[in-house]
Amino acid sequence: MIAEPLLQLSGVHTHIGRYHILHGVDLAVRAGRLTMLLGRNGAGKTTTLRTVMGLWRRSAGEITFEGRSIGALATPDIARLGIAYVPETMGIFSQLTVRENLLLATGSAGFDEARLDWVLGLFPVLRQKWQQAAGALSGGQKQMLAISRAIVEPRRLLIVDEPTKGLAPAVIQHLIDAFLGLKQSETTILLVEQNFHMARSVGDDVAVMDDGRVVHSGTMAALAADEGMQQHLLGLSLASHQ
Amino acid sequence: MNIAPALRLRTGDLAPALVLPLLALAALPTMSFSTWLTFTIAGIAMGMMLFLMASGLTLIFGLMDVLNFAHGAFVTLGAYVAVSVMAGLAGWSAADSWSLNLAALLVALAAAIVASGAAGLIFERLIIRRVYGAHLRQILVTVGGLIVAEQLMVALWGANPLPLPKPASFRGSIVLGDVSIEKYRVIALVLGLAVYVALHLVLNRTRIGLLVRAGVENREMVEALGYRIRRLFIGVFVAGTALAGMGGVMWGLYQELVTRAIGADMTVLVFIILIIGGLGSVGGCFVGALLVGLLTNYVGFLAPKLALASNILLMAAILLWRPRGLFPVAKE
Amino acid sequence: MRDGRERWRRRLDTLLSGDRPGGVLLDGLLLAVLVGLALTPFLFPGTRSVAVAARICIFVVLAASYDVMLGYTGIVSFAHTMFFGIGAYGVAIALTRLGVGWAAVLLGTGAGVALAVVLAAAIGLLSLRVRAIFFSMITLAVASLAQLLATQLRDITGGEDGLTFSVPQVLTPGFRLIEGTVLGVRVDGRLVTYYLIFAVSLALFLLMLRIVNSPFGRVLQAIRENAFRAEALGYRTVVYRTLAGALSAAMAALAGALMALLLRYNGPAATLSFDVMVDILLMVVIGGMGTLYGPVVGAVVLVMAEYYLQPAMVTIAGALVGWPLLPALFDPDRWLLWLGLLFVLIVYFFPSGIVGKLRELRSG
Repeated sequence: MIAEPLLQLSGVHTHIGRYHILHGVDLAVRAGRLTMLLGRNGAGKTTTLRTVMGLWRRSAGEITFEGRSIGALATPDIARLGIAYVPETMGIFSQLTVRENLLLATGSAGFDEARLDWVLGLFPVLRQKWQQAAGALSGGQKQMLAISRAIVEPRRLLIVDEPTKGLAPAVIQHLIDAFLGLKQSETTILLVEQNFHMARSVGDDVAVMDDGRVVHSGTMAALAADEGMQQHLLGLSLASHQ
Repeated sequence: MNIAPALRLRTGDLAPALVLPLLALAALPTMSFSTWLTFTIAGIAMGMMLFLMASGLTLIFGLMDVLNFAHGAFVTLGAYVAVSVMAGLAGWSAADSWSLNLAALLVALAAAIVASGAAGLIFERLIIRRVYGAHLRQILVTVGGLIVAEQLMVALWGANPLPLPKPASFRGSIVLGDVSIEKYRVIALVLGLAVYVALHLVLNRTRIGLLVRAGVENREMVEALGYRIRRLFIGVFVAGTALAGMGGVMWGLYQELVTRAIGADMTVLVFIILIIGGLGSVGGCFVGALLVGLLTNYVGFLAPKLALASNILLMAAILLWRPRGLFPVAKE
Repeated sequence: MRDGRERWRRRLDTLLSGDRPGGVLLDGLLLAVLVGLALTPFLFPGTRSVAVAARICIFVVLAASYDVMLGYTGIVSFAHTMFFGIGAYGVAIALTRLGVGWAAVLLGTGAGVALAVVLAAAIGLLSLRVRAIFFSMITLAVASLAQLLATQLRDITGGEDGLTFSVPQVLTPGFRLIEGTVLGVRVDGRLVTYYLIFAVSLALFLLMLRIVNSPFGRVLQAIRENAFRAEALGYRTVVYRTLAGALSAAMAALAGALMALLLRYNGPAATLSFDVMVDILLMVVIGGMGTLYGPVVGAVVLVMAEYYLQPAMVTIAGALVGWPLLPALFDPDRWLLWLGLLFVLIVYFFPSGIVGKLRELRSG
């Protein structure tokens, strides 16, 4: 019943310079499901994602992906295992066109037309801006481009860091619809969010971080049903409106 | 698939490039037209040679965040290689045959590309590789590399300045009315343009170029997309030093005298060009090099002692207008 | 008896501002250097060794002042020789134009130091806000400009040929302070010049030692370690760095003044050239950055190498006759090649230089 986790972190510690950010993170991301990583600012969510991607090296603990240890691999090698990363800052190349941004995510064969059609179907505005420099896009459009880039080729795992930050509610709804659409294609997603409405709409599993540790993990359904637990774990800093 | 092609939006792109014709026009009233034309062409030719020397460095710095204070040594190497090649092909060079002369020049350029590129490969492996990201040590170690490289070249070619005469049919000028245009300057112009076009095509039409442009903006993201960017570094570094070598050949032939400091002497101007153009931008480097070439020639005629000072003032003025250079590369 | 030693130890600590060299080897080495320099005219008679020793003293000040910027503040500036030259030209121009006398010397020195400080402050305030690499590039450009100006303003600076001038009578070779000899050495103007240079250099060095060990010096080191943190703690890093730069420039200018008095000449090649800048870099890094004692060791090593390594290289070159490239590599004029290699190796493997290594050995 409980599927083997696609991605597993066990007792992961990360130091940045002299600062000890992650104090033993235990996290399991199950295949085919969307796992939410929640928590206050500074809880260590972004650090966890970056550690998985190898952008910061873990100082202790194990990270396994599809059963193999990836903690010592270089970032490009981790990405090549089929993990796509959408950072908090989106990582859009402003001087490159929308087309060129997406092209970077494909292999030497270029675009798979059918898949590209599907992706652009999720975010039609990108079709209009196809030849424009990505730097001219609005915040929401850049976010859509960043996510598109992560899915324009089939990936085993999507890691997304706060996609709704600073976006208008209409755009956020659009993103929610896109994620729901993605879920239908059996993509595994690890999503960091502070927007609880977003989290509740798309999340299957949830893990809550505080002070560099995962302090609660379970299903979203269970957490959504338990108001008391929500209050206790998430605190007032999490957006709970809508 | 129905993708409506849209116009590429390039806001503000034109304004910085206008500085170039502006400068040329500003100089026009200060001298007679024929003099102006002579110096404008001289300025553009010098700018092209400076572009060759600087383009490599701007890519290296933009992509790898490495400022190689030894860059001038690769220029010097190119010049010395040209001396040896031209001495070996003295027959071709002395013959008053356009095709033989061109062949000699092409051989010299090819040899310089190979020599400077190989030297760059060794330099990256031995000196640069360990100091990525550590700017203080980078500056120190590349200055050390410069000292060692210069001394090695003196050991190979001797301490005395070596003559490097232009091939026979490249000397002299073409006269159009009362304007005389040096033949060699035209050659430098053509070569510089060809290199610029080639670089532009590689950067904008090939996947490697795409990676370089993306990497200049955000190295980390390129790695997160699965590309091993370290390998790209080596390629760009070697390309950069090879370009510097080409610049050395052209500049050496222009000066007709090669000293051990011929490359290092240009370092300050190259840095000024990099800052003016915007680090990491080949287009910016092109415009910057032409600006510096023009200004040096105009001021060199009007007030020779002020040439370097005027370039520094130009840099200061441009920084006041555009603090990150004329065509900055947006970085995360 | 123990009280006496305690008192001497405390006096030494005050003199050295609490910054002991550290370790028997290093203490011994520096003591030997000090004694050697103090007694050069008597231990190593002859005009050449006195000239070498004087050069070492001046470069100790020059390199130590550079270490304040490089080692303690973490800034690479290529304009240091400009300040050296300004100090030298100050004295040179004053003695050329204002007549030979101590008033001219003091005026020239003062003007040189003032100009150096003003320029350093201007450069600092304008450029220290930019990234370190840009700052280095800008200092390179400024130094080139200064060199160009010195060669072009013939009327003021004597152009490429420089200025040759006379020094106050007390410093001239013909002057005799005391008739006869002391311990076999003539007490003439050369001796007076040497001891003037030695005394002033020693005083300036101890002053710098005092400054880097003061609260000001500690802030500099904090900025070097982590500028963001220092800024967050409330220290205006640009102001501190500029002050350090101005101090460094003033010391360099004073060294320049001494150089002018020693050579009775100044020109672009003597003080402003990039070769001198390279020498300073080599001294500070090989000796050991951020220690102030490092530049002392570095200055000794480099100046000695310049004079005494070459005969050794001639011998090696002689032994390698017949080999393709090797004799050229050991040509005595290629001494800089080997020092450059040493420099690169030290930056990689012994970043704390000779002094740092010796200190490490002490702690085991």
